[in-house]
Amino acid sequence: MSRRGTPAAAGWFVGDGVGFRLLGTRCSSCTTVFFPREDAHCRNPYCTGGSLEEVPLSRKGHIWSYTDSRYRPPSPYVSNPELPWEPYALIAVELAAERLVVLGQAAPGVTVADLTVGMEVEVVPGVLHEDAETTWTTWHWRPTGVRA
Amino acid sequence: MTRDVAVLGAGMHPWGKWGRSFVEYGTAAAREALADAGLDWRDIGSIVGADTVRGGYPGYVAGATFAKALGWQGARVASVYAACASGAQAIAAARAQILAGLADVALVVGADAAPKGFFRPAGGERPDDPDWLRFRLLGATNPTYFGLYARRRMAVHGDTPEDFALVKVKNAAMGALNPYARYRKRVTAEEVAASAVVADPLRLLDICATSDGGAALVLSSMDFARRHGVARPVRIRAVSTVTPRFPNTVLDLPDIATDSAATAEVAGETFRASIARAAYEEAGVGPEDLSLAEVYDLSTALELQWYEDLGLCGEGEGAKLLREGATAPGGRTPVNASGGLASFGEAVPAQAIAQVCELTWQLRGAAGDRQIADARVGISANQGLFGHGSSVVAVR
Repeated sequence: MSRRGTPAAAGWFVGDGVGFRLLGTRCSSCTTVFFPREDAHCRNPYCTGGSLEEVPLSRKGHIWSYTDSRYRPPSPYVSNPELPWEPYALIAVELAAERLVVLGQAAPGVTVADLTVGMEVEVVPGVLHEDAETTWTTWHWRPTGVRA
Repeated sequence: MTRDVAVLGAGMHPWGKWGRSFVEYGTAAAREALADAGLDWRDIGSIVGADTVRGGYPGYVAGATFAKALGWQGARVASVYAACASGAQAIAAARAQILAGLADVALVVGADAAPKGFFRPAGGERPDDPDWLRFRLLGATNPTYFGLYARRRMAVHGDTPEDFALVKVKNAAMGALNPYARYRKRVTAEEVAASAVVADPLRLLDICATSDGGAALVLSSMDFARRHGVARPVRIRAVSTVTPRFPNTVLDLPDIATDSAATAEVAGETFRASIARAAYEEAGVGPEDLSLAEVYDLSTALELQWYEDLGLCGEGEGAKLLREGATAPGGRTPVNASGGLASFGEAVPAQAIAQVCELTWQLRGAAGDRQIADARVGISANQGLFGHGSSVVAVR
């Protein structure tokens, strides 16, 4: 309740509710978009390099593929070994405008049985884990129109 | 000038969970390869190790570790890290030294003692490491990536879990005949289907285990081979070690996202296909020339992908090729006659070397019960984290 919300990856996303967005960077010279954000140099070998500017990514995309994790992942993934393992789905999502694929966890309650390749999903704010002081926030993919 | 190097010796330590140090496995494999070559360790001018970070000093050591274990004798030494492609790149380093005239005969060694269960990144808070990030943010293990590829094949090409299971059935039948393999039991499609789901749609028997193991090769110049009395050695004709090309549009280990394809032209072939093509071009052979192939079947579904990337069939036709029996013993291009990683498991620095050991034995006609008749040209293919890919062409 009094825990502070802190992004699990600094500068990768911003906003709340329908204003939530993944953040990438865009090269001012060749306009290539990078996610996770590339802040050092443009990685397009055909580009002589420009400044990299922060840019929000499309909020919606289509499922490229999906899977799940039926066994507890090892550290540095944080999970409570005292509690039974609950599998979660992972979704790789193709963003049309940026023409890139971004992997993320599915929103809680969404299982592989709910998903098909090509289905539309949207990015939503999520919680990765909580400790005594902090709620570590992340991004989740959720089929559009589904409410948590 | 010939660009061939001779394979004078091949050796392995049996794979499994033995609970010993990687140094023991590598040294045993090295001694076996030396004995196979009919050479003394003191005859070796260069030793190249494929690195491990586990079981030993956490500083990417290999070449000197094996040299010390075998007895310091002043050889040139190098160590190579390229994740799963480490072994092939160690072969590439030794081959380059031989072709450059820096060494007449070289020993290549890879060995590891793997952890139980999932591979994981090194410890500490390291948010600048993509491998650390994918575990920390997503809990995305290697099998989850294999699951993504498998599901994608099902959606795009119509592959089924039953197709995937047939890969395991084929490879387990060959592994049962290989004394170095960890798993030496035939497996049925029903057993695959009854095993636990690890990363949907893949099950435990679709995914290769982590293992201990070691493999080694003795390589030499063609002149040295002749002087040593080996008139017709198995020859390494190509070692491809290419990187991907931007934009890399297939989500790959350990990345959380692909490159954007919005602004740069996308290459007409995938990274995996480019690994094989580079090897074919360097060797002057094509898929139609192959007698056999050893590919990284980290998952059953991934083996089908390699069929297409090696040009054994068209895109999306991997499962059909498998069902026709073309990649089984007796088929047009048997794949993973060794039993593959399905039968060996992963001992990361050793496995690309182990592939070439198998090619060597097959091309010599010395593969025993799993011999592919009249084998003349073989290819290995593998891929490692962070954009490493390698492929070796060996000929008789």
